[in-house]
Amino acid sequence: MSLTSQDLQRLAKLSRLSVPEADEARMLEPINGLFHLVEQMQAVDTQGVVPLAHPFDVTQAMALRLREDRVSEPNAREANQQSAPWVEDGLLVVPKVIE
Amino acid sequence: MSELHTQSLRQLSEALHAKTLSATELAQHFLARAQADTTGSFLAIDPAATLAQAQQADARLANGTATRLTGLPIAHKDIFVTREWPTTAGSRMLAGYRSPFDATVVARLGHGDHGAGMVNLGKLSCDEFAMGSSNENSAFGPVKNPWDPSRIPGGSSGASAAAVAAGLVPAATGTDTGGSIRQPAAFCGITGIKPTYGRASRYGMIAYASSLDQAGAMARSAEDCAWLLSALCGPDLDRDATSLDVPAEDFSAQLGQPLQGLRVGLPQEFFGEGLSSSVREAIDAAMAQLRQLGATTVPLSLPLTELAIPAYYIIAPAEASSNLSRFDGVKFGHRCEHPADLMDLYVRSRTEGFGEEVKRRILVGAYVLSHGYYDAYYLQAQRVRRLIADDFQKAFAQCDVIAGPVAPTVAWGLGEKANDPVANYLADIFTLPASLAGLPAMSVPVGFGEAGMPVGLQLIANHLQEGRLLNVAHQYQCHTDWHLKTPQGI
Repeated sequence: MSLTSQDLQRLAKLSRLSVPEADEARMLEPINGLFHLVEQMQAVDTQGVVPLAHPFDVTQAMALRLREDRVSEPNAREANQQSAPWVEDGLLVVPKVIE
Repeated sequence: MSELHTQSLRQLSEALHAKTLSATELAQHFLARAQADTTGSFLAIDPAATLAQAQQADARLANGTATRLTGLPIAHKDIFVTREWPTTAGSRMLAGYRSPFDATVVARLGHGDHGAGMVNLGKLSCDEFAMGSSNENSAFGPVKNPWDPSRIPGGSSGASAAAVAAGLVPAATGTDTGGSIRQPAAFCGITGIKPTYGRASRYGMIAYASSLDQAGAMARSAEDCAWLLSALCGPDLDRDATSLDVPAEDFSAQLGQPLQGLRVGLPQEFFGEGLSSSVREAIDAAMAQLRQLGATTVPLSLPLTELAIPAYYIIAPAEASSNLSRFDGVKFGHRCEHPADLMDLYVRSRTEGFGEEVKRRILVGAYVLSHGYYDAYYLQAQRVRRLIADDFQKAFAQCDVIAGPVAPTVAWGLGEKANDPVANYLADIFTLPASLAGLPAMSVPVGFGEAGMPVGLQLIANHLQEGRLLNVAHQYQCHTDWHLKTPQGI
């Protein structure tokens, strides 16, 4: 199977990226090259195999760890916002959303 | 005594503790080399910040609170966030970014209250968000291989390897998602190890593929790597949900074991058609050396090796597409000029900030996770991942460590595969399987192949057996001197 430029534009929209028409071929060719490799993988019989989402599954059986419910971090709003592109009065500013 | 920049961490540490050398002198020596660098390895150098850390190290050396690493210089892959140096992940997206905190790995090695006291020399280039095998995907220019400046250093921790090989730093951190420590270590003729997934904290390590990303150590020798790894590993349970609850170990205490009786597994799939003959010769010679030291070699099979490529290049982009959604032009990172509305802000900030390979992986990830394709691609890749992990367990019933090449060839030329991402993906074939299984693995220099370029031997052990891995490499290095070779003029 091959992805078309229509597929590419749909994925770009989902990913909040823009791919100009002039770049489509350059973007698509390696993606389709990759999916050519993926076809071999799809031929493998994996019936009954439990998907391995995480290597922990093999290293140690463990339940999702929850940390103790206590305040551990001080308020560091200014430090956390120091690299934000636009901050006013401690708030992150974006273009108007509701007219 | 050889020059400072070709000495081992042990030699430098002994000189610091004997007070024949100060941390400040050492930092000045390496800073001067870093500032005169021609490989393009450093993205950020701040002599004042480095020298302040060196002074603190000298104080610790004077007052008796020093560790064996105190005062030794290190530089960090620019994927680890640092408070005192900017962090870019090799991306325009994060140009000028300053983190409010240090990554756990940086803090554990560094100069704070609970740190080992190493002195940070600065930040090292990498492929953008660690996506690449050549360091050519850095937004800030390619890095040159010190053995031949017309060739790539490997990637994604390319500059970490190049900087150690060029004697700009005695040690560096790296991260390995699909081979990003092992392959550049091999291409630059240094030693590098990726521990078991979960051994080193991912807190403050900018995420690419969370179920695969793992921090590790890069230096000249296995002993140096053992020193580094002993300090940078350890539980970080409150800050990294995937941190293993396994106490830190002193891996260097395990380096004295003889190799008598060691069973070394050789997967036939690692020695097939695609392997260059010069790489094969160097690996064969290393196997002969290990046999001479008392090891036996055991032929075995990892039948799904080739399928690690598609499985990895589905799983990693899927995780990346999710992780990189945090770059929205609002909280940090690049923001486009004069956005018309919120959607325009997101789309233009991301399109301007990310490079082509990063965009490609985000798009692939979005595709394999989307409705109607999730089962066929993403879940199938995870099932194949399970089969690959199971095959390793079967193999470890027959052997103690697995050995083979790190990569099918030596380092290729700059630009040679730059327009062919799939060719880059294929070259990852031997490093991807251990990554998918979360196993510890390393690269050890074992000689030179075509054009006089270094060849790396890959060693893979079962989970949590980093000590065994480092011991095998150390014993080999006690009887060979490949790890001591330096590029001309270093």
